[in-house]
Amino acid sequence: MALFEITSEPIAADTVAGKVKRPEAGAVVTFSGTVREWTNGRRTLKLEYEAYRSMAVKQMERIGQEVQDRWPDTRTAITHRVGELHITETAVVIAVSSPHRRSAYEANEYIIERIKELVPIWKKEYWEDGTAWVGDQLETHPYSKGGPPLYD
Amino acid sequence: MINILFFARLQEEAGRESLHVEKAGYTIRELKEWLDEEYRLTGLNRTMTARNEEFTNDDAVIADGDTIAFIPPVSGG
Repeated sequence: MALFEITSEPIAADTVAGKVKRPEAGAVVTFSGTVREWTNGRRTLKLEYEAYRSMAVKQMERIGQEVQDRWPDTRTAITHRVGELHITETAVVIAVSSPHRRSAYEANEYIIERIKELVPIWKKEYWEDGTAWVGDQLETHPYSKGGPPLYD
Repeated sequence: MINILFFARLQEEAGRESLHVEKAGYTIRELKEWLDEEYRLTGLNRTMTARNEEFTNDDAVIADGDTIAFIPPVSGG
């Protein structure tokens, strides 16, 4: 059972949550990121996610380690989907368990922020009025915070 | 021989997913300059780079057998 996965199949949130359930945990926080139809008045028809799979898994494992360091009582599982996704479909599920709810909530939010910073996954939007890679250098918002952190 | 990987917009611009070239000994910066001349890829100088699946910087020296991936700003989640 891999805690950190990239898949081209639909994701069941229960399955991801099931990976972190354990007798010591009284809380499981599960986040699902889904495909939104309207963004600032523009209509999305569908999305396509592409990943550098092996590195994406490695970076998700790194995030898992960061979470372990900050919230030692948590357990984390992340599954991100790639390929073509339609409106309301689930792109990512993050599950965190902890003995008490606070650390699970905090860790879960931290994880989605880190995914958006350093996991090599790219989203292509098929807008009603054209197609574009999101987060592209040609857009106005290149790397958040100036780029992913560098590790030696 | 080194292996170069392109993703997202850069892959579309390069018209290919990967490239095998004899560029061991180059720095990442030198490799970017070379690619810019050969393939006319836009914004490479502002693109993050991964060497063997870890983020690296432009001064890193490429070794034979390395996999170098150019990582446009990510947009997962």
